[in-house]
Amino acid sequence: MSISQRPGLTVTALDRLLGFAMAATVIAVGLGFCWILGAIVAQGLGQISLAFLLAEPSNAGREGGIAPMLVSTLLILGVCLAIALPLGLGTALLLAEFTITDQRLGRLVRRSLDFLAGVPSIVFGLFGNAFFSQVLGLGFSILSGGLTLACMVLPLLIRTTEEGLRAVPPSYRQGAAALGLSQTTTLFKIILPAAVPGLIAGLVLGMGRALAETAALIFTSGYVDRFPRSLMDSGRALSIHIFDLSMNIPGGDARAAASALVLLTLLLLLNLLAGALAQRWANSS
Amino acid sequence: MTTMMSAATTCTQPLLEAKHLQLSYGQQVAFHDVSLPIASGEIMAIVGPSGCGKSSFLSCLNRMSDLVPHCHVQGEIHFNGTNILSPRTDTLLLRRRIGMIFQKPNPFPLSVWENLALPLREHGLVKSQTSRRAFRQAIHQAIEAVLRDVGLWEEVKNRLHSSALALSGGQQQRLCIARALILQPEVLLLDEPCSALDPLASAVVEELMLRLRPRYTQVVITHNLAQAKRIADRIAVFWVQQHKGQLIEVGSTQQIFNAPTHELTAAYVSGGKG
Ligand SMILES: Nc1ncnc2c1ncn2[C@@H]1O[C@H](COP(=O)(O)OP(=O)(O)OP(=O)(O)O)[C@@H](O)[C@H]1O
Ligand SMILES: [Mg+2]
Repeated sequence: MSISQRPGLTVTALDRLLGFAMAATVIAVGLGFCWILGAIVAQGLGQISLAFLLAEPSNAGREGGIAPMLVSTLLILGVCLAIALPLGLGTALLLAEFTITDQRLGRLVRRSLDFLAGVPSIVFGLFGNAFFSQVLGLGFSILSGGLTLACMVLPLLIRTTEEGLRAVPPSYRQGAAALGLSQTTTLFKIILPAAVPGLIAGLVLGMGRALAETAALIFTSGYVDRFPRSLMDSGRALSIHIFDLSMNIPGGDARAAASALVLLTLLLLLNLLAGALAQRWANSS
Repeated sequence: MTTMMSAATTCTQPLLEAKHLQLSYGQQVAFHDVSLPIASGEIMAIVGPSGCGKSSFLSCLNRMSDLVPHCHVQGEIHFNGTNILSPRTDTLLLRRRIGMIFQKPNPFPLSVWENLALPLREHGLVKSQTSRRAFRQAIHQAIEAVLRDVGLWEEVKNRLHSSALALSGGQQQRLCIARALILQPEVLLLDEPCSALDPLASAVVEELMLRLRPRYTQVVITHNLAQAKRIADRIAVFWVQQHKGQLIEVGSTQQIFNAPTHELTAAYVSGGKG
């Protein structure tokens, strides 16, 4: 009978309050997301057509399409991933698998990476402009922009990948060692496939940041809105196009929303693709 | 029966023999001055209180101790006449010939088939055949043979290609034993192989160990004295003295339980009887 006394009542009341607060937060976040998505869809969906995806822009983007930006965006992302993925995976492997004997070095590298991950992207833009565009003489180009983005997403990519590798139970490594499997076999057949969820998380976060980036690209890949002829040519990323349309071009808002919708869809598709590829790799090995 | 067996085996040259073995983690000595011969085909049980260095001792026998940072081993371990602690030892080959089973079953997150095929291919134990199909067939035969050996074939023959993690704990442990056996080892090291299993699954593994004798030499750590009594030919008792592990007594199972010479052994086995 003492079970239903006052302390019990206060605890249930607190529980209920906490439950309510959590539900409210979830709803608020969900609503916020839906509102943003709704606004973009409402404004932009009417503008989207096949011609919009396939044509070059005219009248400063108020008319025509976004084809050159799509190409530039994908090229920049391609350069960025081609550099960042192998470097990121390599560094993460080094940190997670091989610094066991040198804890101090590992801690130092990790702390620097966490600091770099928090540096505002405009700083990376200025660095990219000074280093890639000027010192290395790449000028305003897809290559320069992609390399700058690679620097920007690397810390994030390394840390998430490393966490993914660390999440692989040590008993797998032990079992492999006890069977006399070589380090290479252990890594490629057991550790990496088991770390796939972490690798995907890193890839998705990295791609998201790279696709959404404007500040780091303005000074490096430029904002010329025609088709790039090569990686050394300047090209306008979709995110810069959106920024330009909504800030500088009167009457460009609807087109900006449409471009944002395309960008969101692109992000979604790339994420699905990455997930599917990684899953297939994990199953096949 | 057990005494006869051990009497027969002790007069021949031991297959595996530790001589004045000492292991330390940094400054801390885990065990010291352990000399223990292990005869071919016997089941040697290692018992003793927690922290007396049983697992550490076992990990020297296949050089898994190499993987622990700051771990240092002194002394000699002779296996087929050579000292395996020598730096020239091929540890990958050594671990193929001396398999290890852990307390918690640790199948890889792969299919049952891949769990067995991976070590098999790695060590090139299946002769390369004229065609890919014949090669696969040969692997299949090896897998089926070893799964039958551990009594798992009937249970998993229809799910060879689904994940090994979906098996029960007892099945996973037998798969891990099969995975070690497929490499045709001479010795099996088992570190508390039954302690994560329920009594029924534990009995199945116990029975399997008895069936594998005397084809394989087995060194098994157990906290279950009744189990040691049921399966072991000889028993080695470890104890902590002055913060260091030590081998205090080794003898046939019957002698250890009925006529222990060391008073600590006597107290330990009589406590374990209840
Ligand atoms: N990796 C390690 N680093 C440092 N010390 C360790 C390590 N592994 C074990 N030790 C220490 O060495 C001693 C022996 O440990 P060990 O695991 O060999 O004991 P055990 O007899 O297997 O115990 P249990 O019955 O609990 O498994 C213990 O004091 C333990 O704290
Ligand atoms: Mg132990």
